[in-house]
Amino acid sequence: MVAVSAPVTRRLPSRSYLTGAVLLAWIALWVLLNGRDTLPLGGAQLTPLHTRFGEGADVIDANRDSNPVFLYFVNYIRLFIDATVTFVQALISQPSFGRPVPLVGWLGVTGVATAIAYLYGNRKVAVLTAAGFVSFGLLGLWEESMDTLALTLTAVALSLAVGIPLGVWAGLSDRFNRVVTPVLDFMQTMPTFVYLAPLTLFFLIGPASATVATMIYAIPPAIRLTAHGIRQTPPATLEAAEALGVTGGQSLRKVRLPLAKQTIVVGINQTIMAALSMATIAALIDAPGLGKTVLKALQTLDVGTAFNAGLAIVIMAIVLDRVTSAASRRVEIAHRTGRSGRRRLRRMETAATAVAAVVLVYLSYTYVWAAEFPAGADLGSYVRRGADAASGWVQETLVAYTNGLKNAITYALLNPFEALLAGSPWWLVAVVAVALALLLAGVRASITAAVGCVLLVALGLWHDSMVTLATTLVATLLVMVLGVVLGVWMGRSDRVDRVLRPVLDAGQTMPAFVYLVPILGLFGATRFTAIIAAVVFAAPVSVKLVAEGIRGVPHTAVEAATAGGASTWQLISKVQLPMARAGITLAASQGLIYVLSMVVVGGLVGAGALGYDVVAGFSQYQLRGKGLAAGLAIVVLGIVLDRIMRAAAARAGGSSATR
Amino acid sequence: MTVPTVEREERPAPATDDDRPAVLDVRGLWKVFGQRAERVVGTPLATLDRAELKRATGCVAAVRDVSFSVRRGEVFVVMGLSGSGKSTLVRCLNRLIEPTAGQVLLDGEDVLGYAGKRLRELRRHRFGMVFQHFGLLPHRRVLDNVAFGLEIRGVKKADRLARAQEVLELVGLAGFEGSYPDQLSGGMQQRVGLARALAVDPEVLFFDEPFSALDPLIRREMQNEVIRLHHEVGKTMIFITHDLSEALKLGDRILIMRDGALVQMGTPDEVVGAPADDYVRDFVSDVPRSDVLTLRWIMRDATPDDPLDGPELGPDTVIRDAVRTVLSARRPVKVVRDGRLLGVVTTAEVLEVIAGAGGQS
Ligand SMILES: Nc1ncnc2c1ncn2[C@@H]1O[C@H](COP(=O)(O)OP(=O)(O)O)[C@@H](O)[C@H]1O
Ligand SMILES: [Mg+2]
Repeated sequence: MVAVSAPVTRRLPSRSYLTGAVLLAWIALWVLLNGRDTLPLGGAQLTPLHTRFGEGADVIDANRDSNPVFLYFVNYIRLFIDATVTFVQALISQPSFGRPVPLVGWLGVTGVATAIAYLYGNRKVAVLTAAGFVSFGLLGLWEESMDTLALTLTAVALSLAVGIPLGVWAGLSDRFNRVVTPVLDFMQTMPTFVYLAPLTLFFLIGPASATVATMIYAIPPAIRLTAHGIRQTPPATLEAAEALGVTGGQSLRKVRLPLAKQTIVVGINQTIMAALSMATIAALIDAPGLGKTVLKALQTLDVGTAFNAGLAIVIMAIVLDRVTSAASRRVEIAHRTGRSGRRRLRRMETAATAVAAVVLVYLSYTYVWAAEFPAGADLGSYVRRGADAASGWVQETLVAYTNGLKNAITYALLNPFEALLAGSPWWLVAVVAVALALLLAGVRASITAAVGCVLLVALGLWHDSMVTLATTLVATLLVMVLGVVLGVWMGRSDRVDRVLRPVLDAGQTMPAFVYLVPILGLFGATRFTAIIAAVVFAAPVSVKLVAEGIRGVPHTAVEAATAGGASTWQLISKVQLPMARAGITLAASQGLIYVLSMVVVGGLVGAGALGYDVVAGFSQYQLRGKGLAAGLAIVVLGIVLDRIMRAAAARAGGSSATR
Repeated sequence: MTVPTVEREERPAPATDDDRPAVLDVRGLWKVFGQRAERVVGTPLATLDRAELKRATGCVAAVRDVSFSVRRGEVFVVMGLSGSGKSTLVRCLNRLIEPTAGQVLLDGEDVLGYAGKRLRELRRHRFGMVFQHFGLLPHRRVLDNVAFGLEIRGVKKADRLARAQEVLELVGLAGFEGSYPDQLSGGMQQRVGLARALAVDPEVLFFDEPFSALDPLIRREMQNEVIRLHHEVGKTMIFITHDLSEALKLGDRILIMRDGALVQMGTPDEVVGAPADDYVRDFVSDVPRSDVLTLRWIMRDATPDDPLDGPELGPDTVIRDAVRTVLSARRPVKVVRDGRLLGVVTTAEVLEVIAGAGGQS
C-alpha cells in the first residue's frame, strides 16, 4: 500500500481523494447504465439454486428417521430438549398430569420467583419481581408469559451448563481461547433471524429448534465472560498460590473461580437477557409464548395486542435484568456478611423465605384460585384499547410530522441509496465495493468484498440484497449521526452521562422484537418503520462506544488544546473526534451489525427484500429454498460488512496510534 | 562492645560465623527468556552481555551464571537495580520460573529435577514466599488467607485455623482475623502475607521486595518486624530488595546483581568498604560509611610509639558506636580479639571516615 501511494505524510489525504473519485465515478456510470444488469427477481420467482435448496431440505426431511446422524444423534438431542421444555411447561405454564392447570399455579410461581429475587438479590427487586409476575396475570397473558419463561429458563440452564465449563476452559487454555473466539464472533455477528430456518431442518419446528436457536444466541456471553473472569485473576495472586504449592484444581476452585464469580454472574445476566430476546423471536418457528402473540399481532397490524404482549416482554426483561444485576452486586458483598451472628440470622431468613415459597406452591397446587389467575381483573383489554387509541390518535394527529420525517428520510436518503445500489449493474457495484474496501480497509477486506459479491450473485438474490443493504446503510448512517451527537455529549459531560446511561442500558436489555411495536404504531407498515426500529435498537451500543472513545482521549491532549485557546467546537472537531476515531469506527461496525439484524426482522412489517424472503420461506413451502438462500445472503452481507468495518477500525486505530 | 544499641548488634548471626552448613546451594544458574533459549547457555552466545544477546537472538538473559550458597539461619540479601534479574533469580529457586540451566541444591539435593507432586510438596512444606504485591485472596478473611497454605496441604479446619491464629498473633495482627484484605492498610496486608508464609513453617523464606510498595515509615517498621521475627523463629531468609539501606540493615550477606550477573557478594561492610567495581561503588556512595564499616576496616598496625594503655574494642564494632570511645580516649584505642592485638584506631582514622562520609571519591 505504502509503496504504490505517495510519500507517507500524504497518504491519508490521497486516500480520501481516491475514495471520493471512486464514488464520483460510480455516480457517473450509474447515470449511464441505470437499470442494466440489476438481476431483479420477483417475490415468487425462484432460481435453480433455490429449487435445489428446497430439494435438499426435502431430502433431509425424508431421511430424518433413517439417517444415522439423525437417528443416533440429532434426534436424541431434539427429544431431550423437547422433553425438558415440556417438563418445565408442565410445571408452570401448560395443563399437565391430567390436571386442567399446570402443576404450579400463578401464586406458587410468583412466590418462588419472589423468594429467589429476595435471596439472591434484595428486598427491592423482590417487590419488583412480585409486581412483575402479578402484572403478567393482570395483562391477561399469564400462560403466554410462563411459556416464554419456560423456554427462556430451559435455554439459559442448558447454555450455562455448556457455556460455563467451556468458558473456564477458554480461560485456562490460550489455544482453546484462540479457537473459540472467532466462533463466538461469528455466532454473535450472525443476525439472529437467519439460523432459525436451517435449525428447523434439523430439529423440526417446535421447542427444540427454538431452544437451540436461543442457545446459539445466548451462549456467547456466558463463555466470554467466564473466560474473561478466569483470565483476569491477578497474576500476583496466582503466583502466591502457586508458591504455596496448589494443584491445578485447587488453583481453579479456590482462587480463580471465586475471584471470577462476579464476572460470571454478569455473564449469566447477559445470557438471560439474550435468551429472552431470542425466545421471543423464535416465535417465527412456532415457539410458544409472548413472542407468538406479538408476531401474530404484527402480521395483522393489530397494534393494541402487540403492545400489550410487548409490554409483558418488557416487564419480564426488566425483572430478569434487575434481579440478576442485583445478584451480581450481591456477590461482591455476600462474603462480607461474615460474622457468625449475622450468619445465623441470614440462615434463619433463608429458611423462612423458602418455607413461605413452599406454602405458596402448595396452595397453588391445591386450590383453583391460586392456580389460575383470576379472570376478573383484566387490565389487558384496557391496555390494548388504550394502545390502539393512542396509535390511532398519533397517526392521525402527528401525521404531518411523521410523514414529514418519513418522506424526508425516504426521499433524501433511502431512495437515492437504493437507486444507486439496486439500480447499478451488479458488476459495477462489485467493482466499487472492492475498490472502497481496498482503500478503506486493505487487501484482505477487498478480497472478502469480492467473494461476497460473487456469492450474492450466485445465491440469485443480488437485487434483494442491494435493497436490504441500502436500508441497512441508511439506518447505520442515522445511528452514527445519533451516536456521534449523543456520544460526544455524553463523553464530555458527566451529568449527561448520568442521565443518558440508564436509558441506554434499559434500551439494550429490551428484546429486539418489542421495538417494532411502538414504531409500527407511529409509522404504519413501511420500509421506514424497519429503519427507525433498527436505529432505536442499534443506537444505544453506538452511543456508548462513541462516548467511551471520547472519554478515552487523554486528558493532557484536551488540556493542551484548551490552554492553546481552542473553542469548544474546535476542541471537539480537531482533538476529541479525531483522537476517538478508533472508538467511533468500532461504534459504526457494531451499530451496523445490530442494524442489519433488525432490518431483517423489519421484513415482518413491510421492509421487504431479504427479510421478507426469509419470512416467506417460513410460511410457504415452495419458497423454502429461497428463504434458506436469503438467510445465507444475510450472513454474507453481515460478514462482508463486519470484516470491512473491523479492518477499517483497526487501520484507524493503528494510524491514530502512530501519530 | 560498649554501646550495644543499634539493630545491627541484635542480629543473632554475626557474619564471621562461616562454618554453618549451606541450606541452599545455587550453582551456575541461568535464566534466558525467549525462544529457543537453551541454545544460549554453554555456547559462545553466553559470553555476550545482555544487550548484545538481545540484539543477536532476541532472548533476554535475566539471570546469567549466578552461584552462591545460603547458610542455615542466615538472612541473605539479593540487591540490584530494577531489571537486574532479582525477581527472576528468586523465582528460579522455588521454580515459579523454570531455570534454563544450573543447579539448585537444597540440603544437597537438586530440586530442579523435581516435578509434579514432589515439586508441590517442596513448595508446601519447605519454602515460603512473600511478594511485593501481597497476592492475598480478596474474598477470604485474613484468618482464612493465613490458613490457605495449610488448607491446600489438607490440614483439618480446626487445626489450621488455630495455627493461623497463632501466627497472626506472632506478626501482631491479633484482632483482625475477621477483616478482609482490602480493609487493611498496605503494611498490615503485608503482615498477612508474611503470616501466610510463616504458617506452613517453611525452612526457607523468600521475600521479593516485600516492602517496596510501602511508605518509608511503614517500611522501617516492617524491616524491624522482620528482624524481630528472624530473631524469634530463626528461619533462613532470602531477601530481595533494590534499596541499599534495607540490604545493609537486614543482610548477613549481600549479593549484588547487575544485568543478570553477580557483581559482588559479601557482608555489608565488605560491600561498603571494598566495592568490587564502579557499579557497586556508585550504589554505596551515599551510605554513611561510619554506620556500616567496623573498626577492622580502619585500624592500622600499632607502631612502637603508640601508647598501648588505651581502651579495648572488638574488630566488629561499628565505627559509629566506637566514635565516643575513640575521641575521648586521647590515645590509640586497641582493637583486640580473643586477647590478641589486631591493630589500633586513633582520632585521625575515625575523623577521616566521618569527614569522607557520603562524598568519597
Ligand atoms: N517473563 C519474561 N519474559 C521476558 N523477559 C522477562 C520476563 N520476566 C522478566 N524478564 C526480563 O528479565 C529481566 C529481569 O527481570 P526481573 O527479574 O523482574 O528484574 P528485577 O526483579 O530485578 O527488577 C528484565 O529485563 C525483564 O524485562
Ligand atoms: Mg522484581
